[in-house]
Amino acid sequence: MNSGHLISADNDGKSIWKFLFRQMKPKGRWLTPFNIISIPIIFLGIGLIVIRFWKGIGAITNLSQDVPWGLWIGFDVVTGVAFAGGAYVITFMVYILNMKKYHSIVRVTVLNGFLAYLFYAGALLLDLGRPWNVINPIIGNNFGVSSVLFLVAWHFLLYMIAQLIEFSPAIAEWLGARRAHKILSGMTLAAVIFGITLSMLHQSGLGALFLMAKEKIHPLWYSEFIPILFLVSSIFAGLSMVIFEGSISQRVFSGQISDKHRNEHHNIIHGLSKICTGAMFAYFFLQLLVLVHGKHWDLLNTPMGHWYLLEMIGFVLVPMVLYFYSYKANNVFLIRLAAILTMLGVILNRLNVTVIGFKWDMAVRYVPSWMEIVVTLTVLFTEIWIFRWVINRLPVLRESPKWVNEDKLTDKPALAKKIQRA
Amino acid sequence: MDLHRRDFFRILGATGLTLAVGKELKAAPGAKASLEFRGVLYDAARCKGCRGCEYDCADANGLPEPLPTKDIKGLRTTDDKHRTVVNEYKTSKGIVYCKMQCMHCNEPACASACLTQAMTKSKDGPVIWREDKCMGCRYCMVSCPFNIPKFEYHSANPKIEKCTMCFETRVKKGELPACVENCPNEALMFGTRRELIQEARRRIFEKPDLYYNQIYGENEAGGTCWLYISPVPFKEIGLNTSVQSASYPALTKGFLYSVPSVFVLAPALLLGIQQATKKDNSTKPQDNE
Repeated sequence: MNSGHLISADNDGKSIWKFLFRQMKPKGRWLTPFNIISIPIIFLGIGLIVIRFWKGIGAITNLSQDVPWGLWIGFDVVTGVAFAGGAYVITFMVYILNMKKYHSIVRVTVLNGFLAYLFYAGALLLDLGRPWNVINPIIGNNFGVSSVLFLVAWHFLLYMIAQLIEFSPAIAEWLGARRAHKILSGMTLAAVIFGITLSMLHQSGLGALFLMAKEKIHPLWYSEFIPILFLVSSIFAGLSMVIFEGSISQRVFSGQISDKHRNEHHNIIHGLSKICTGAMFAYFFLQLLVLVHGKHWDLLNTPMGHWYLLEMIGFVLVPMVLYFYSYKANNVFLIRLAAILTMLGVILNRLNVTVIGFKWDMAVRYVPSWMEIVVTLTVLFTEIWIFRWVINRLPVLRESPKWVNEDKLTDKPALAKKIQRA
Repeated sequence: MDLHRRDFFRILGATGLTLAVGKELKAAPGAKASLEFRGVLYDAARCKGCRGCEYDCADANGLPEPLPTKDIKGLRTTDDKHRTVVNEYKTSKGIVYCKMQCMHCNEPACASACLTQAMTKSKDGPVIWREDKCMGCRYCMVSCPFNIPKFEYHSANPKIEKCTMCFETRVKKGELPACVENCPNEALMFGTRRELIQEARRRIFEKPDLYYNQIYGENEAGGTCWLYISPVPFKEIGLNTSVQSASYPALTKGFLYSVPSVFVLAPALLLGIQQATKKDNSTKPQDNE
């Protein structure tokens, strides 16, 4: 039985703290390969973060006056947010298009998205030189409304709230808060609609950040269409992440997953591979149009041009065909392979726009220091730790407690009456 | 073609001169507000490369003293310790010097990029940075087409360093910027942008053989408050000639203007789709009941 259900019976404050305390304790084995690798890296990363706040950003990064944004923005924030795009796509499919088939992956995807925003936007704080002023654009009278970054910052904040609301029924189920669950579930649709709108704007907004760096970004990657390209690629980036994460969760958290969900999973990623094919085709076609429109044919036969072709053919066209083929052949292994290739392609694209193609003609190129990489891994591993902690405790992958369904059934007649009256 | 251009500028110069001599400046027709920005005209033909302005700038802004000339090798750029540098260029007309600092754009990319309005365009023209607002995101550095804002990477309380045209410390009190006041060769001239453009045209008009017939900053990046005239094409003295002539904030305008419409249209559309697909379901037999 779910312990949360018992607590709802005598919810007198004292027991809820005991319950939370009990939940804080680690579960399962300690000496897993993941723990052995991640724990030392996290501690090293924390040490580096201390140095960063003590001696300045330059002490642990290779950033310079010419390259003000490096790995932490290019990978942690810009790429991380693209991968978190799965949440808005899946919620769109399930709540707006009412595709019930994908319902079982909504929670885990939203949780993944929420944590991604929390940690990758959190990683932004490490990159801010004066993070104590981060509240200025939120509360102060210093609204830089002409800034794309202002829009992105606000959208991050609002979208995190929307995602928290979308996820909150799971928290209510965990705590056994029946009444809260009812209220929070009622807010889901509004949060979803708001969340999708915000996502569309800030996924493209991350691309729009670079519009003013017109002469600084290699012409093969710079165009006025960066925002729309970022938006379209976030669809398949997010879904590929859902496929990838789902395939790992199936193994790692197999104890959590009910047989029903396990059987559905195959069906789900099969459907997602079809959507990815479509989105990637649209993206590839857009990229082609941008290339034709930009008339940069002569640049294709340069080292940067070859790099561009590798990205477009090796990591967009090939995985697209692979998705299509594996959908037709119904081959799960190939779908997963396509997902991994697509994700590599998205990483490549985001880094090409933000870091590799940025001032590509400079004599001394920016290469991230090992310390930047360790801090990035620290952020990533900490996120996975929290993700695992939540999965092991909250009804994310596993079924909701029984009372949820009971409540739903008792609600139904009342709801039907309401609709009739209206 | 070139001659044609030159003629054109001659006429323009002559017009400017007549206006300057014949009438009060206020009477100039169709004067835009942006022309009333204060700015500085730098004349590379007059600059002797003494680097006095570098020392005066460091002194006025509490920055470390610049390197002596004998220790300088190659070209330098401004950085977090130097708000201005004077470089020496070997050009088609011999050695020419060029001073580098913030251009104080009419429509600055850095200020439009700043989400806290820490970087801001003052009404008088200078683009200034305000310590209490800045959160150190360095988006201004990404956006500036002239690569001017510089960041203190080795400080726990980092600042953005750039020329402020001595706005707070001197110009507000009616004094000249430190570099302008102390220039021994009168290579720098402070005034309203309109006066400076007229003065630049006058100089080019009077000595057409000395000057390259263009004013750098008149149209670059939508116009800048810091203007340059030079004996050689501007590319030869290290000025960025690849900047577009339209303003940089205009590049994000389309995107930003689409935001309100998306905010109105997208939720309505989403709700509509949701209702439409829901109705489809209700016609089917419900499995719950």
